[in-house]
Formats: sequence, C-alpha cells, structure tokens
Amino acid sequence: MTLARAIDVTRRYGDKLALDRINFEVGAGELVGLLGPNGAGKSTLVNLLIGIRRPTSGRVELCGGDPLQPANRRALGVTPQETGLPASLRVGEVVDFVSAHYDKPLPRAELLDRFGLTDLVRRQTGGLSGGEKRRVAVALAFVGRPRIVFLDEPTTGLDVQARRLLWDGIRSFQAEGGTVVLTSHYLEEIEALARRVVVIGGGRVIADDTVTAVRGLVATRRVSLTVGEPLPDLAGVSGVERDGDRLHLLTADADRLVRDLVAHDVAFTDLEVRPTSLEEAFLALTHEPANT
Amino acid sequence: MSSLALTHARFQLLETFRIPIALFGSAFFPSAAMLAFVVPFVGSNAEYATTATASMITFSVMSTNLFQYGVGVAEDRSQPWDPYVRTLPAGALPRFAGRVLAGLCLMAISLVPVVLIAAFLTEATVTSMQFLVTALTTAVISIPFILMGLAIGYSMPQKAAVVVAQVLFFPLAFLGGLMTGPGMAPGIVEDLAPYLPTGGAARLMWAAVGDFPYDFRSIAALVGWTATLGGVAVWAYRRDEGRRFS
Repeated sequence: MTLARAIDVTRRYGDKLALDRINFEVGAGELVGLLGPNGAGKSTLVNLLIGIRRPTSGRVELCGGDPLQPANRRALGVTPQETGLPASLRVGEVVDFVSAHYDKPLPRAELLDRFGLTDLVRRQTGGLSGGEKRRVAVALAFVGRPRIVFLDEPTTGLDVQARRLLWDGIRSFQAEGGTVVLTSHYLEEIEALARRVVVIGGGRVIADDTVTAVRGLVATRRVSLTVGEPLPDLAGVSGVERDGDRLHLLTADADRLVRDLVAHDVAFTDLEVRPTSLEEAFLALTHEPANT
Repeated sequence: MSSLALTHARFQLLETFRIPIALFGSAFFPSAAMLAFVVPFVGSNAEYATTATASMITFSVMSTNLFQYGVGVAEDRSQPWDPYVRTLPAGALPRFAGRVLAGLCLMAISLVPVVLIAAFLTEATVTSMQFLVTALTTAVISIPFILMGLAIGYSMPQKAAVVVAQVLFFPLAFLGGLMTGPGMAPGIVEDLAPYLPTGGAARLMWAAVGDFPYDFRSIAALVGWTATLGGVAVWAYRRDEGRRFS
C-alpha cells in the first residue's frame, strides 16, 4: 500500500523551478532517506506531501487522499523546526496542544519517557539546549500514533548517545510497521537508518536505490592540481573548477585519474586528493557548474 | 471541534500572558485616549460622555483587532512553528475560532479600564440592562474587525501588514464618525459613515447605550462587510503557504 505519492509534480516559486515533473512513492512500512543538497527541492517535495504547499501541476497523495484535507493528515507525523517551538510555552504544554488534535494520542507520560523528556516537562522550550529542542521536535512527530512520519534531519547536532537513542526509537517505530521518510543532507544519518535512498537534485530524482548503490554514486573525490598547460581529455571527470591556475577535478575514480595524468605526462604540481562533500558530489551528479 | 478551538485559544492566551507587557500595551491606548479626550471635554455631560465612551470602545475594538490579528497573524506566519501547525489534522476553523476567542478575552481585559474611567471619572451612565446589551454588542461588532485583521494577516507579509493596518485605521475611524458624536460629523461623513464597518459598529453601540435609533440599512451594510471580510479571510488562509522564498 502506498502511503505517500507524488505524480508528475511540478512546483514553481515565481519563475524558479523547484520541482520538475517529479515522481515519488513511499510504501507502507518503508524507511526512505531523502537526500540532497540545500535548494535541491527535497523540502519542497516534503512540504507538498504534508499539505503545507500545493503543486503547480501534477498530483500529490497522502494516505490515499489530498494532503490539504485535514482528514488525510490524521496518520501523519511531522517534526517542526526545532528553532520554531513557541519559546514561552513549557514542553508539557506544547505536547498537550499537539495531542489535542488527535483522536487517540500517545499518553503524555509515555511519549516523554520514550524520548527521554520526562525531566523537561516543566521547562519553557525557549530555555532548552539545541539538542533538547531537537528531541522535543522529534517527539512531537509521534504524538498522534502516526502511520507515516516525516523527519527533517532528526539527529544533526545531537551528541552520540542521544543520537543512538533516537535512531533506536525510529528503528523500533519502523519495526512495528511504521513508515518513515527521513530528509537530510548528511549521508551518515541516512545510512544508519534507511535502506532505500532517493537523491533529489535540481528538482528531479537523480537516483532511487539502495544505500550502498547511492553511496557509490556520491563517493566522489576531488583531485586538485596546479598546471600551466591545458589538460588532455580525461575519462571519468564529472566536473572541473578553475581557481587561477589551480584546477579541481571531480571524479569517482581518483586512482585512475591520477594514473591517466601521469600517463599523459601532464606537468602538474601540488597534487591533492580529497573526498568531496556530499554537496559537491550532488552538483557533479546534476551536471551543474560547481560554484564554491 | 469546539474543544480544539478552546485548545487553540488557551495556547494563544498562555503565550500572551507569559509576556504580560503585551497585555499592558493593548489596555494602555484606549484608557489614555479616554483620559485625554473624553474626561476633560465631555465628561460632565451624561449623554455626550456615554456616547463618547461607546465611540471610544468601538475605536479600541477596531484598533486592537486590526493590529492584534493583522500584525499578529502575519508575525506568526513568519515563524517556523506555523507551517508545523498546518500539518496537524485540523482545518482553518478551530484555529480561526481559537484566535477569535483569545482575542475577545484580551479585548475584554483591555476594555475594563475604559469602562472604569467612564464610570468613575465622567457622568457617563447606563442601566444594567443597557450595560449587558452593550457588552454583547461589543462582542458582535468585534467580529468584522477580527475578520478584517485576519484577512490582512493572512494575505501579506508582516511589514506590509503593519503598514496596511496603520493606513486603514485612521480613515476608518474618522469616516466612520468615531471622532465626533452622533449627528455632529461633517456632512460627507454623516452620509458615508452608516455604511462603513466603523460607522455601522458605532451606531450599534450608540443604540445600545442610549436612545440612538437602530438603522437597518446600516446593520445590513455591517452584515455585508462581515460576510465579505470573512470570505477574504478564509480565502487568504487557504491560499497562504507560509513565508515564501524565491
């Protein structure tokens, strides 16, 4: 059964194209990672699926209906941005407020206990640390006993212990049949949880595959060198940046590139090979010029 | 559904009461205006003081609601909490109703000093029946201004909302005849006022506190304004997608 679906969806902001005829589907019980650099369109896609925005064209469905209809959001859980919690209200009050929207919410004590928030119940959210706010935000997604949750970078900024606790919580939710869509621009967070990864870039789905396959796709290296002459044609280079006479080449196979450079007798100096950030890898994947 | 509206109202009031200075602000202006204009100039004439108090209440109903909802909603919409609330399984109605309830409570609190000033420092007087009718009328006339505020708040960004609320409120007050007593405004205002939301509201208030006659064309116009503003508010809420970046 499909819980969330986008069919041929396009979304524009003025003349900027955020999503370009995208197709996306999440089945019940899946744990899908949605990966992409900032501005790739993943937040827009999520916002359409959770009923905050509407598509310019195409159709989105949540739990079999239009997410703009409140009834179709009964089985939905979403994390607020942790910076957005109402600062003057106490944690318990925020939880009660959210609970009031559902027919059979989790009892407050159970929710707080599950996310390790029991001690914070009387604290105003404005006075919490970043990590505590993040835990409150994630807990709010689970208040209404959802069938599908959308978690936005749930564990960035948490210490190792809190992160493991939260990861365990998400895994057990899925083990009980829950569906999770996880957005992140950190591969590590997605690797830890998801089996399926959908990479979004330039408003399109670039890859929809297992974590291992996607990891291979984005495992790009940056080979930097200083040369005075134009380079010969080199195989496997997915992007070139020029910075004075310093060149940065992006490639999936750095070893081969270096061997080729030597074989072509290129007079380079200051060779440097570094793993790229995910952002750079995505830019290379989407064949956009990388401006850094 | 209705209990959800109460939850929204409670949530809003809690937020306001945690920063009590905001409450003080909305109570300050109408009381100050009473002390500056009504008490010294018409305070000793029972009839004038009573209608002037009614005008002042209408004026503060308009201005608090226009700002509270126009600016308040626009500000809320720019906070990241707002899009989250929109993902909860509830439509526009409980949020609207909750806001309106919370607004009525705050308005009632801000009007208490006005009523006290009128009672103790002027000759203004009403029977207890008139007081009851006036209190009900106050709640009724706040509806079009609440909707006007919501329409502004949901259809434009915060900075624009501040300007529009400010630009609207003075001409509405003047043309509605709030600055002058019944029958004493310049001709064009007398002709126009009954059909403006401020004028219509003030006429209802004057009728409630004294023997000013109910004017049914004016009431019909006020009902029309209420329906129109309500339509615009709901439309603006539906098309709103929070803050937009492009």
